[in-house]
Amino acid sequence: MKLRTKLLALLAVFVLIVAACGGDDDDAGTDTTAGDGGVATTADGGGGGDDELIVGVSWNNYNEERWAKSDEPAIKAALDAAGAQYISTDAGSSAEQQLADVEQLISQGADALIILAQDGTAILPAVASALEQGVPVIAYDRLIEDPGALYITFDNVEVGRMQARAIYELVPEGNYVFIKGNQADANADFLRGGQEEVLQEALDSGAIVNVGESYTDNWDPAVAQTNMEQFLTQNNNDVDAVVASNDGMAGGVVEALRAQGLAGIVPVSGQDGDAAALNRVALGEQAVSVWKDARELGKAAGEAAVALAQGTPLADVAGTVLFDSPGGNQMTSILLAPIPITQDNLQIVLDAEWIDQATLCQGVAAGTVDVCG
Amino acid sequence: MAVTDAPPTAPPVKEPEDRSFGRLLRATEIDTRLLGMLAALVIIWVGFHIWSDGTFLTPRNLWNLSVQTAAVAIMATGMVLVIVSRNIDLSVGSMLAVIGMAMALLQAEILPDWIGFDHPLTWIIALVAGIILGALLGAFQGVIVAYVGVPSFIVTLGGLLVWRGVAWALASGRTIAPMDSTFQLLGGGSRGNIGAFWSWVIGIVACIGIVLLLLNGRRQRIRFGFKLRPLWAEITLGVIGCAAVLGAIAYLNRYLLPDQVARQRVEAAGDVWPAEGIGISFGLANPVLIAIVVALVMTFVATRLRFGRYVFAIGGNPEAAELGGIRTKLTIVKTFAVMGVLVAIGAAVQVARLNAAVSGLGQLTELYVIAAAVIGGTSLAGGIGTIPGAVLGALVMQSLQSGMVLVGVDAPLQDIAVGVVLVLAVAIDSFYRRRAT
Repeated sequence: MKLRTKLLALLAVFVLIVAACGGDDDDAGTDTTAGDGGVATTADGGGGGDDELIVGVSWNNYNEERWAKSDEPAIKAALDAAGAQYISTDAGSSAEQQLADVEQLISQGADALIILAQDGTAILPAVASALEQGVPVIAYDRLIEDPGALYITFDNVEVGRMQARAIYELVPEGNYVFIKGNQADANADFLRGGQEEVLQEALDSGAIVNVGESYTDNWDPAVAQTNMEQFLTQNNNDVDAVVASNDGMAGGVVEALRAQGLAGIVPVSGQDGDAAALNRVALGEQAVSVWKDARELGKAAGEAAVALAQGTPLADVAGTVLFDSPGGNQMTSILLAPIPITQDNLQIVLDAEWIDQATLCQGVAAGTVDVCG
Repeated sequence: MAVTDAPPTAPPVKEPEDRSFGRLLRATEIDTRLLGMLAALVIIWVGFHIWSDGTFLTPRNLWNLSVQTAAVAIMATGMVLVIVSRNIDLSVGSMLAVIGMAMALLQAEILPDWIGFDHPLTWIIALVAGIILGALLGAFQGVIVAYVGVPSFIVTLGGLLVWRGVAWALASGRTIAPMDSTFQLLGGGSRGNIGAFWSWVIGIVACIGIVLLLLNGRRQRIRFGFKLRPLWAEITLGVIGCAAVLGAIAYLNRYLLPDQVARQRVEAAGDVWPAEGIGISFGLANPVLIAIVVALVMTFVATRLRFGRYVFAIGGNPEAAELGGIRTKLTIVKTFAVMGVLVAIGAAVQVARLNAAVSGLGQLTELYVIAAAVIGGTSLAGGIGTIPGAVLGALVMQSLQSGMVLVGVDAPLQDIAVGVVLVLAVAIDSFYRRRAT
């Protein structure tokens, strides 16, 4: 019985993580974290003694497709290029295990740590202890509320701006519906904040009108679909554009529009570069999917880890900015810029081998989209 | 059910038995609980109608509401049996995800390799496979509950976690889309409905059914020498029933296809689109039809079949049922299998409607299904519950949610309101139940 409870708890945690990290991927347009080989001044305390730098990566759950496929190879490549060694552990979705993992990486001689936190709060003691021992820490993709760590992620506010910009270019005036993410998820408000920045002026001038806005429990596409049906009913189909915060919900919105014969007529935004969403972009049913290439994230983290291991102070790592975290900390951060994918630049996802042409172009009529032939 | 003889409302002073409205009502032998729920529904609807400046009770919104309610209503009918037998099934949302994902993978990735994409048989193969899978998953949990003796709360709590994980693992968290074009019809949309003519046919058949049921009931009572309902009561019931059904059909048929869609349909049929346009009705949506058929079948199962009576007997007193010779364990397994089948049907509707399967499909659905059954008068203590009540319960829940979106109440407040209504409904119910005894 006791074992079963434990297993269930483990499973629960696993399921939570799976639910939590929808799909982050990325691409970096602007910043590059230059290798920064320059100032190799001091070696740090936890060093293993030999000359080769060692970077330890603590995965929270390596079973997820994304980490093995995109992130890890990118980190390894960046480390190889700098001549650093890669070691890793997998906490199997256990926050407790991850605490032990971090200790273990340090005792194996890691000169810098990259941590994908299972739980951004539970990991704090391990991070503090690593920093005390002089081992710099990178919070990878998920925030760890310790100002001593370097936070590397995609700029979610920028994602929101890109969604709004893409839609606003198509529909400079008219009735807008906003399908926001889960209200308990800080990202939902980051995205909404970015959308607001772009659209506020037009909203104030009355050029565009907010005719419906709703959070979506669990980012659930089915809930987004129901909400969209209600907004269409309420406005008697007089909706000109939909700013949806991710691709899954955009899918629900498009189905609600399809039932009214409006799919492909009313532009819809999204993010993540889901296969189904990119297919909709090719079909013309979704205007934009903002794409975050995980490989860019891995590369930036690998390069920053090498720089930190060589003793570069946090603030001097290339590409860093200060980011005010929800917990009230000023985090030194690298915020990568995503890429908005529209019908015009679908070539990017094909070139990156993010999606194959058959999947991207399923059902697309010949001659309508360049990349589909 | 047990409370048919309860007073319909609480008059401040007890009126003399003979002339009271309650006596007239009792003569019709209508379940007053059901009547109370209908009254609550009317209040909610009218309230939202006023609050939304006359949008809620439009044919279009009621049509939306009927489609949005369908999946939860389908599953709630099965939850009634599970709860009546003193069990619970917390795993329906996760099972919905697994079965939905399996059906989606089958039609989008597996079958196309064998018989090609959009083959005419794809939808039925996917649906049948899903139903079989649902029955197996349900029966599997039922066996652990009945034969191993692990409480159903724990078994299905485990199921909630396990099936969610399996759903994710099936596709590594990918979104599977699009669905087979015939399968999509199960979910409604602009194509998945039966039009005005067939809606009328169904309405008239339902009307005849009501009359036949009343006639048959009367004949049976005469045959066994039971007390008869007064003739006026029978006639009133028949007239009200028919009027309600046909009125609903007439009203819903006023929801017309948007011009673009109607035009495509007319032109696809080879006709010319007239300048002034043509009004084509949606008619009843396929998921709603499915829900109605499921509710009828489940009512029959629960009240007329031996299996249904056993379930209520077990819920009323498990020991007595066992001693009375009922194979209680097998019956429990069957209730979970039936639940699984209904989850599969609900999953088909959901996936078809969304035209995609995501690993997060059906999150929190278990709670809505349980809440629908409970608001509909199913007692968690077992032994009491009705199928029509559960369907009404689902309608009440969805009315609240759709209505709140319509008037612009945001998600966190919606959750609060739905939670409060759930507790309130059960509180009022148990209050009147105590008074009734």
